[in-house]
Amino acid sequence: MKLTVWTYEGPPHVGAMRVATAMKGLHYVLHAPQGDTYADLLFTMIERRNHRPPVTYTTFQARDLGSDTAGLFKTACIEAHDRYQPEAMIVGASCTAELIQDDPGGLAETLGLPVPVIALELPSYQRKENFGADETFFQIVKALARPMERTPNVTANLIGPTALGFRHRDDITEVTRLLADMGIGVNVVAPYGARPACIKAMGAAHFNVLMYPETAETAARWMERELGQPFTKVVPIGVGATRDFVAEVAAITGRNVILDESRLRLPWYSESVDSTYLTGKRVFLFGDGTHVAACARIARDEMGFEVVGMGCYNREQARTIRALAKDFGVEPLITDDYLEVERRIEELAPELILGTQMERHIGKRLGIPCAVISAPVHVQDFPARYAPQMGIEGANVIFDTWVHPLVMGLEEHLLTMFREDFEFHDEAGASHHGHKAKLRDIEPAAIDADTVAPDGGSAPAPSAPPRGISEPEKQGTSSIEVVWLPCAEKELKKIPFFVRGKARRNTENYASERGVNRISVDTLYEAKAHYAR
Amino acid sequence: MTERFAPPPARGCSTTPVLKERGQHEVFCGLTGIIWLHRKMQDAFFLVIGSRTCAHLLQSAAGVMIFAEPRFATAILEETDLAGMADAQKELDRVVHELLERRPDIRQLFLVGSCPSEVIKLDLANAAERMSAEFAPRVRVLSYSGSGIETTFTQGEDACLAAMVPVLPASDERQLLLVGALPDVVEEQAVGLLEAMGVGPIRVLPAPVRNAEYGVGPNTVYALTQPFLTDTHEALSRRGARHLPAPFPFGEEGTTAWLWAVAQEFGVDAETFARVTEKPRARARKAIAQASENLRGKSVFFFPDSQLELPLARFLTRECGMHAIEVGAPFIHRAVMGPELDLLAEGPVIAEGQDVDRQLDRARAARPDLVVCGLGLANPLEAEGMTTKWAIELVFTPVHFYEQAGDLAGLFSRPLRRRGLLKLEAAE
Repeated sequence: MKLTVWTYEGPPHVGAMRVATAMKGLHYVLHAPQGDTYADLLFTMIERRNHRPPVTYTTFQARDLGSDTAGLFKTACIEAHDRYQPEAMIVGASCTAELIQDDPGGLAETLGLPVPVIALELPSYQRKENFGADETFFQIVKALARPMERTPNVTANLIGPTALGFRHRDDITEVTRLLADMGIGVNVVAPYGARPACIKAMGAAHFNVLMYPETAETAARWMERELGQPFTKVVPIGVGATRDFVAEVAAITGRNVILDESRLRLPWYSESVDSTYLTGKRVFLFGDGTHVAACARIARDEMGFEVVGMGCYNREQARTIRALAKDFGVEPLITDDYLEVERRIEELAPELILGTQMERHIGKRLGIPCAVISAPVHVQDFPARYAPQMGIEGANVIFDTWVHPLVMGLEEHLLTMFREDFEFHDEAGASHHGHKAKLRDIEPAAIDADTVAPDGGSAPAPSAPPRGISEPEKQGTSSIEVVWLPCAEKELKKIPFFVRGKARRNTENYASERGVNRISVDTLYEAKAHYAR
Repeated sequence: MTERFAPPPARGCSTTPVLKERGQHEVFCGLTGIIWLHRKMQDAFFLVIGSRTCAHLLQSAAGVMIFAEPRFATAILEETDLAGMADAQKELDRVVHELLERRPDIRQLFLVGSCPSEVIKLDLANAAERMSAEFAPRVRVLSYSGSGIETTFTQGEDACLAAMVPVLPASDERQLLLVGALPDVVEEQAVGLLEAMGVGPIRVLPAPVRNAEYGVGPNTVYALTQPFLTDTHEALSRRGARHLPAPFPFGEEGTTAWLWAVAQEFGVDAETFARVTEKPRARARKAIAQASENLRGKSVFFFPDSQLELPLARFLTRECGMHAIEVGAPFIHRAVMGPELDLLAEGPVIAEGQDVDRQLDRARAARPDLVVCGLGLANPLEAEGMTTKWAIELVFTPVHFYEQAGDLAGLFSRPLRRRGLLKLEAAE
C-alpha cells in the first residue's frame, strides 16, 4: 500500500478514455462499478467538451457480484452497439472489474458484433494513465491499420494528441502549418479527431510525426516495423527543437528545409535588453518527460536561465530525463510523490518553477513564481485563445507564459533602488499588484502566485505553515548553529524580500563552511562578495 | 401553522408507482462524502483503502481543496497487496502507524472501504477494532464503506454517521439530536431558532470534535436534516432513540414544518412558535419571491444524484411555482421520504435508480426548462440547448432553513437568467 493524497496520473482506464474521447465513431465499454463515471467530468468540465465521452459503464453493484456480472457486461456491449452504432469498439475493465476476473475481450468476442471489437489489457495496479493511453492507441492501430499504397504527395500522420492533453488542440494546428510550409500534407491526425476509418488509412502516409511519446510511441514503433513508416524523434517545442524538427523532416522526406520565421518573436524578445535580468535565473522543471526535456533546452539555450533541477513523474520517460539531467549537470528526480518534489524545490530554492498544476501550488506555498508546462492541468490551461506549445507560435507563447510571473527587469531595478521608499519598502511586494502583495508576510499560504508574482525570490522560509500527513523531517542545513547578530539581521531586512531568502541561505552556508557561528554585517557582505556572479 | 401555505395536494405522490431502473448510473460513489465530512469533523482523518482510481476520484471531486493539506488520503492497493490477505492487514497497520505518527492531532480515524477493498473482502471492521484497541484512548478507529458498489454519493455520509452511532455512550437524558452535517452557519441558525423556543438540550451528529460527543438512549429524539441518512436513522432507532418524521428544511414551508414537528414534541405552544418564526418566515418568503421570479411556470427535470431531489422538487413546485416532469433519485426510503411524497402534487414521474441513456431520451423528449444533473451531463445538455443546474453545488452550498431559502431559489433561477442574458448570435 502506498499513502497518497495527490496523484499526477489517473488509472490506466482514464488513459483509454482519453483516446476514446479524442476519437469519433469509436465506443468504449468499460466494466466498472457505479461511481467510475466521475472521470466523465474531466472531459466535460476541465476540457469543456460539449458531448459525453463515448463510454458505457456496466455499473455493477454489490448485489450483482454473486450472480452474473459477465451477463451485465454482455448486455451493456449489445446495447451500446445498438444505440451508438460505432465503427469499432474497445472493451476493458477498470481496477475493480480486474479483480472480479470477467474477461471483457473474450465475452465481447462471443457476441459476434458486426464491428471490430478491440480488447484492452490495462493492469490497473501496476501502470497508470499515460500507459493506458499509449497502449489503447497501439491496440487500435494494430487492429485496424494495414500496409497500403502511399499517397502520391508526401504526407505524414500526426500521432499522439488525445483528449485532456496539455495544448494538444493547438499543437496540431501549429505542426500542420510547419509541414504545410514544406509542402507536406497531413494524412491522418490520431487519435485526436480520427475515426476508425481514418486509422485504417494511416498506412498511406510516408512517415509519422510522433508529437507526444507518452501517448503514441508504441504505436509509432509498430508502424515503423509493420508499415515501413519512419517517425520523427524531435518534439518541436522551442526554437531550436523546431529547427531540428524541420531538418529531421527534410531528411526523412528529401524535401528542402523551409521554416517561415517571420512570425517568430522569441529570439528577439530574449535578446532585447529588458530580458537581461533573466540571465542565470535559477529554474526547476517538473512534469511529463517530453515537456520537461523540451523546456529544459528552451530554459538554458533560449532564455538564458540556469537549470538547477529537473524531473518527471512518468517512469516511462525516466531514461530520457536521467540522460538529460546528466548533460545539464543536475540531479534527476523521477517520482510520482509530490512531497518529494516539494522537498527538492525547498532544497534548491529556485527563482522560477516550470511544472504542473501541483508545482503551481507548491510555488504558491513557498512564494516562488511558477508557470505550467505540462499535464496534469486544470481548467484554466484549456484556454479559449490559441495557445500552442509547439512550433513558431508555441515559442512565442512560451516566452510570454514564463516571463509573466516574473516582474519586468526595469521594475526589479526600481524596487531595489527605492527599497526604503514608502511605496517600495520591502514589505510592499511587486509594485504593479499594489496592496495585495502585502499579504505575503502575514499569510504566506494564502498568496496566489498567479496574481502576486514577485520576481526572483528564492524560497523565503515559510513561517511553519500547517503541514500535512507526510511532514518531512526538518532538514538540518548546517552542521553548526549559526546566530545572526541584530545589526546583521537589520541589514538583511534592507535587502528586497524577493532575494532575501537566498541572501540568508547563502550567508549561513558561507558562515558554516568557515566555522563562523556569529553573523555580523561584515559576514553578510563577505558572503555577498563570495557569491557574486 | 400551515395556513399560509398551499394546502397539501388531495393526492400526493405517496401512491404513485415508482419507475425503477437498472443500467448505467451516472453518479458519484460514497467516497465523495469525505470531501465535506472532513471539514465538519475537525479531529477526524479519512483513510480510503482503494486503488489509484479512488485517489483520482477524490482529487477530481475535491478540486482545489486537495492542496490545502486535507485530512483525507488513499492507501493505494498495489499488486503485492492483492496476492495474500495477511499481508494486506499488515500493510494497513504500517500505513496507519505512519499516518498517526505524522498527524498526532487526529482523534478519530475512519478506514473507508472502496470497491477494490470490498471485492477482495479486506476486513476493515476487524482492522478498525484491532487498531482501536491499540491506539485507545488517544485515537478511535472506525470503518465504513464508501464503495460505488454499495453507496451512491451522499450515502457515504450516511454510512459514516451510522458507523459512529453504535459507539456513542448510553444516556437516558432527554435531548434533541440534529442528524446530518450542515454548514456551520446553517447549524447555528437551526439551533438558535429551537433554543429560542425553549427546546433543549440540542446535540448534533456529527459533533465537530470527538470529545464533544454525548450519549444516546430511549429519551433521545432525533430529527434528520438531510434525506439521505436512512442507515443512520435505523442505527439510532436500534439504540432506542425516536425519530421525528417531518419534511426536510428546504424553503419556508419545509423549514416551518420541520421546526413544527420538533416544537410539538417539546410542547412548544403555537404562540411561542409564531413569535420565534414570524420574522424569519417573512424574510424567507420575500427572498424566495424575488429569487424565483423567473422560475414560475417553468418545468424542471431531476436526474438522480443526492436524494435531495424529492425535497427540492417539493420546494420548487410549491414555493417557486415550477412544475416537475421527472424526479429521479438514486434511492427512495419510504419512511423517511413519506412526508415529502405527501406534499408533492401528483404528476411527475418518480424514478429510482437509473439507466442514463433511457433517462436522457426522456429528458430530450420532454424538453424541460431546467435540468438538474451532474457535471458529466451538464455541459453536453447545455450544448443540446437545454438549461442545466449542476446538482453537486446543492450539497456544498448552505441551502437549508429560512435565511438560505432565497439563495436556494437563486441557485435554480441563475442558469435561466443567464440563458436570457447571453446574446451570442450575430445581430440582425
